[in-house]
Amino acid sequence: MDTQISEVKTQLETGLPDVKLRTIGNSILLENPEDLVRAAFFLKEAPAFRLDYLSSITAADYLDYLESVYHLYSMEKKTGPIVLRVRVKREAPRVPSLVPVYRSADLQEREAYDTFGIVYEGHPDLRRLFLWEGFEGYPLRKDYRQEDTDVLEIADIEWLEKHGVNVPEKFKTQARELAAAGKRALSEKPAQPRN
Amino acid sequence: MNHIENKSRIDPELRDEMAKQNIFITSLDFIYNWGRRSSVWPMQFGLACCAIEMIAAAAARYDIARFGAELFRASPRQADLMIVAGTVTKKMTPNVVRLYNQMAEPKYVLAMGACAISGGPFIDGYNVLRGIDRFIPVDVYVPGCPPRPEALLYGLMELQKKIDSQTFTKAEWYQKGLKREFPVPELGPNGLIPKFNPEIWQPREQDARKTRYGQTVLTGKKQKAPRLEPVAVPPPPAA
Repeated sequence: MDTQISEVKTQLETGLPDVKLRTIGNSILLENPEDLVRAAFFLKEAPAFRLDYLSSITAADYLDYLESVYHLYSMEKKTGPIVLRVRVKREAPRVPSLVPVYRSADLQEREAYDTFGIVYEGHPDLRRLFLWEGFEGYPLRKDYRQEDTDVLEIADIEWLEKHGVNVPEKFKTQARELAAAGKRALSEKPAQPRN
Repeated sequence: MNHIENKSRIDPELRDEMAKQNIFITSLDFIYNWGRRSSVWPMQFGLACCAIEMIAAAAARYDIARFGAELFRASPRQADLMIVAGTVTKKMTPNVVRLYNQMAEPKYVLAMGACAISGGPFIDGYNVLRGIDRFIPVDVYVPGCPPRPEALLYGLMELQKKIDSQTFTKAEWYQKGLKREFPVPELGPNGLIPKFNPEIWQPREQDARKTRYGQTVLTGKKQKAPRLEPVAVPPPPAA
């Protein structure tokens, strides 16, 4: 384990004794996501670390849970990164927002919300960032199934006919068959590993 | 493609004599196409990294001005060539189609780079359109990732050949009933509605990716991530 990580860990344990945490590799996992803002504020203000720069927020899908990962640097001491993680349930993923502590969290939390559906509570403007309002699902989760863009569905056929486009009969029958089977045109089975 | 040559049945000596008197003889098609091909006005917009190569082609070293196409216009109303430079995301597609619709006839489209042609390396992306030719007709495809400025210049030369091959009297933008405005797709809950415009593009009967890989989408196997925590190994029992 990194010496800096162990130092951060001991300092956090002494400074915030009620925060439960453990190390995973070279990162610190906060057992309770509610402690995140306190821990981040402590690390930002602690004279020993001064982790004043939040470089990135990413998320990961581990199938059993979702994870939100934070990379902290110190511009003052030229150290970093210190990696913080929190884990949340897939069903109702809620993590407190870090925007009150780091302004740079704003867009990155929106990105993680957009692609993984993690709700950052307390974020001033939590909207989709890359995708549009009205998009269903979170495309970077492992259970997301993409649509098959080579097959037209009933909605497409109706739209095209409304706009005066001649749709060949084979597309119409294909769409009708799909609708009768109650299926959506999804991309094919989850792919096999490439070799 | 056939070039329209500058030929006339007039005696060359007579023509030279007339040229001295500032009288020039040519065919209407030739001079019309010569004028159009020598001043192509591309639209100034880029979508991704291909745009950087397009800028390089327009700058001093590669100098697209040598081909008369240096005037990048910031408005579709004043442009007659649309260089689709870069990945077209599904979110951007309605805007690209709308820009095409707003261009005045005659209008041409050059798809620059693998992404604009087919989706390229991002073909499996959830927000990537698999080629701009699903919604608007493309005249010249310039492959590459990104294509070098020379390749773009070659694509422009191919477009000039196409312009040269068109005939004044049969030009499609003078024909009645020409439909060159295409419906602008909408953003739906899973992607674009419609997924493609069957009047312009239709999926191939035989999908090359499917025959080769057995499936059309190559997303990699979705499996559990490895556990990062070391598993405590019980000490071996003392013999």
